Amino acid sequence: MSNPMIQTPDGTSKRVLASHFSTQFMMQKKLFTRHHSLLWGAISILVTGAIWWAVTTLGAVPSLYLPAPDIVWKQLLKVATEGYMSASLWQHTFASLGRVLIALFAAILIGVPIGILMGTNRTIKAIFDPLLEFYRPIPPLAYLPLLVIWLGIGEVTKITLIFLAILAPIIISTLQGISTVSKSRQFAALSLGATRSQLLWHVTLPSALPHILIGIRIGLGVGWSTLVAAELIAATKGLGFMIQSAAQFLATDIVILGIMVIAMIAFALEMVLRKIQTNLAPWYGKY
Amino acid sequence: MSGLAINNLTVQYPNATLALDNLNLVLPEQSFCVVLGASGCGKSTLLNTIAGFVSATSGSVSFDGQTITKPGIDRAVVFQDHALFPWLNVAENISFAGKLAGIKPKDCEQNTQKILQWVGLDNIANHSVWELSGGMQQRVGIARVLASKAKMLLLDEPFAALDAFMRESMQELLLTIWQESQRQILLISHDIEEALFLATDLVVMGNGKILHHYQPKFNEHWQQGHSTREIKSDSEFIVWRERLFNQIVACRA
Repeated sequence: MSNPMIQTPDGTSKRVLASHFSTQFMMQKKLFTRHHSLLWGAISILVTGAIWWAVTTLGAVPSLYLPAPDIVWKQLLKVATEGYMSASLWQHTFASLGRVLIALFAAILIGVPIGILMGTNRTIKAIFDPLLEFYRPIPPLAYLPLLVIWLGIGEVTKITLIFLAILAPIIISTLQGISTVSKSRQFAALSLGATRSQLLWHVTLPSALPHILIGIRIGLGVGWSTLVAAELIAATKGLGFMIQSAAQFLATDIVILGIMVIAMIAFALEMVLRKIQTNLAPWYGKY
Repeated sequence: MSGLAINNLTVQYPNATLALDNLNLVLPEQSFCVVLGASGCGKSTLLNTIAGFVSATSGSVSFDGQTITKPGIDRAVVFQDHALFPWLNVAENISFAGKLAGIKPKDCEQNTQKILQWVGLDNIANHSVWELSGGMQQRVGIARVLASKAKMLLLDEPFAALDAFMRESMQELLLTIWQESQRQILLISHDIEEALFLATDLVVMGNGKILHHYQPKFNEHWQQGHSTREIKSDSEFIVWRERLFNQIVACRA
């Protein structure tokens, strides 16, 4: 491609490098690609909202089953200002957020070391593996009554339930990360003089970091989905409590409000964790 | 005794595969040995045994008079897949050995800068390794072992994934490094031209055995100032190449 002549804004002509256009094109293509997924995501949400609005406005679904978006919006404003079941929306939100975050941090503190030990020691893996595989598939609602009997009806029980739900994904992802560290990377470190502990600290753990972070992301999602079950136990605040109370009175507008608040918080936390993962492990998927 | 000595070395894997069958080999210090052979002949097992990653079933390997039983800082390895640490940048990868040994950061940095200039990477010291091309990543892998105290460098098909032009450039770099650092090198290759061009000692393997041990002189021609293209297009080089090719084909048959 020869270097073309272009017309400048002041009316004169000048010759530019052909590569100038290909570079510009690549930059524009990159920009488009980056915003492409955001655009489709926004379209998806808007279309879902539009369907919701259309279905409810046209009366295709009774209001009791699916309130219109504007009704849910009005409830949001009302609950935010006047509260629901003797607590404001912020109090419900912070109560739930607190339980999930405490459970998450406890699961990280306990689950990551267990995953590391299981990944580096066959005996420890043999000990913990059957216990993990035994409790993991059990739905939280199934062992909830046991926890109530053992721990009572206070915050500890609620947090413990969420903790147990989050723990398994974190242990399994950490174990997977430790077990799949590249052999050649380990050998490279050993041939450069690394001791076993230096190998663990300087190679194994950094290599496993992306898997650990993914385990935390998955665990957090599982934790949120366990929240409603956890807040069955004599809660007086919390988004799950708010949803259950509203359901008993067939207040579907508040049920949907609660679901959407949970979804938005979970989404925001997921975005934060994704950003943390990108910053801490930018090489993941690239090397 | 300095250099590498392999005595009656046999390596048999738990699944009964006989990877190395009673090998004997002596390589003087500061030699540049290339082990050549078809896939599956035992080249990588030999390198891994010398590196200390694999234990001998019988026989022994010793380096500078010390029997090898595990990895050690006297033998550093460059892997085909580079095995770089992506959470560290280029300079940090290179100074990894120094950091492990507890060398002062300032001394580490000075040594790293020297190595970076030597291999032509001084303008990308702060780059992430996963942003680099294959050739540059391999240079970082070589620089990393140069920065260590290893007296012997073991390279496992380091240039196999590179294009022909990059491969030749890296071969020349490696010869320069070998000449200037005066370390012993053992390189695994399945590329006959590469083996002939680089080696002071060329070992041809087949079915877990050493078939031939040559001492070609093409390395010396390069040291005398002949160009790579000149050497590789020389008629004697071509005759050697064809002979080795036929030997390897005959072994595979």
